[in-house]
Amino acid sequence: MSSAWTSRVVLPCLGIASVLVVWALVSQLAAPDLPGPLKTWTESRRYVVEPFFKDGEMNQGIGRLAFYSLVRVGKGYLLAVAIGTPLGFLLGLSRGFHQSFDPIIQFLRPISPLAWLPLGLVVFQKSEPAAVFTIALCAMWPTVINTAVGVQSISQDYLNVGRVLKLSRFKMLTKIIVPASLPYMFTGYRLSLGIAWLVIVAAEMLTGTPGVGGFLWQEYNSLVYSHIILSVITIGAIGFVLDRLMGLVEARFKTT
Amino acid sequence: MAYLAVRGLEKSFVTPRGTSHVLGGVDLALEESEFVAVVGYSGSGKTTLVSLIGGLLTPDAGSIVLDGAPVAGPGPERGIVFQQYSLLPWMTVYDNVALAVDAVSGDLPASERRRSTEEFIALVNLTPATWKRPRELSGGMRQRVAVARGLAMRPKVLLMDEPFSALDALTRATLQDELLRIWGERRSTVVLVTNDVDEAILLSDRIYPMTPGPGAVLGPAIEVGLARPRERRHISLSPAYQKARQGIVEFLRACRRTR
Repeated sequence: MSSAWTSRVVLPCLGIASVLVVWALVSQLAAPDLPGPLKTWTESRRYVVEPFFKDGEMNQGIGRLAFYSLVRVGKGYLLAVAIGTPLGFLLGLSRGFHQSFDPIIQFLRPISPLAWLPLGLVVFQKSEPAAVFTIALCAMWPTVINTAVGVQSISQDYLNVGRVLKLSRFKMLTKIIVPASLPYMFTGYRLSLGIAWLVIVAAEMLTGTPGVGGFLWQEYNSLVYSHIILSVITIGAIGFVLDRLMGLVEARFKTT
Repeated sequence: MAYLAVRGLEKSFVTPRGTSHVLGGVDLALEESEFVAVVGYSGSGKTTLVSLIGGLLTPDAGSIVLDGAPVAGPGPERGIVFQQYSLLPWMTVYDNVALAVDAVSGDLPASERRRSTEEFIALVNLTPATWKRPRELSGGMRQRVAVARGLAMRPKVLLMDEPFSALDALTRATLQDELLRIWGERRSTVVLVTNDVDEAILLSDRIYPMTPGPGAVLGPAIEVGLARPRERRHISLSPAYQKARQGIVEFLRACRRTR
């Protein structure tokens, strides 16, 4: 057995197994209301093996619920990227813009999604746009900040090439500034996606919209605790896959 | 007035540790189709001189006039081959050169520009690497791209800032020979800045030694009395070569002793 196989498959499996053991022990010994791994599986079985069944608004297969959440996150994320990228460029390119808006960005950045959501509800009156608004607002900052840093850290050598060639502003942007800051931008995109996914649970909990987060909150209220764990695992798994996918895209741009 | 006339050029930089006076009145003159070298120790202000002529920096005092027009700001008529290549890593060799071709002859038809780009790549013997990116190339090949891009700007004067200093000795010799060939074919006006005395003698018509900074100035020009076309193998033994070499080395040593 090669050591690569050991480190990539065997060791992670050992880690997962040990977490399962701790979970089982805690549910047995310390928290009797917490379902153990086995109980969680038997009660969640149908949601996993038939991921797309639909018995009602909140009683659906986990795949269907995850799909709703992903669509919602997708909307918020695209909005975040669409607003965050140009904002980042403005911050990076214009000293005046930076000085005007950097303080307010640093001020808005740490505000929790739980704080934005009620405001979204006040503004939009409906839960869906409020959720998307919250996701976009929270997920935007890594894109804004990384893009700005990327633009600011472009090597003077590259800019000098553009200056010697007297490139137009447009060509300077498309041929030099954007490609040079792409690796930073994609780091921002990856972090933003992580945050967008993090916010989804809070957004769905507060608005009661169908999705993994909404399902989690509803099952808590109906005392089906094993489904909370199912939701948590689903959220983790999807977040992991999303991060890996973005990591692959990011790595492509890193090499240039 | 000379084709490129540099008079009394001064430049200081303000740093947190005080003002550093880099150039203290540099005079330089060259005619069209001349190849002139500036030789000096590392750190004496050679790159600053190139940046000033290139318009990337503004002088504190003095004037630069090229072909009757005072220099203000950078422009492709003063093409620069940078010391650290400065190729755009996200572009292929072709696109790096085409960027320069398109910048100076954007009004020509696309087919014409493509032909021109391919010509410049062929001139530096890089046709097989046309579609590669800089990171796939060796240092020598990268610097060839930089030379092709510099020439593709169709500059009135090509400024070369220690173009071969980052290369190993063998590659450096090859590129010097190629530059010699290319210059022989095109007779571009070139200002080469270098710390390599032999490189300067091999390539240039005239050499200005630069005193070590601060407040660097150029010493009296030394004519290289070697006939062209030149060949590396033959010239190093010739009396003209020895004379030029001795002139430069003695000047630079004397500067150092008086400091």
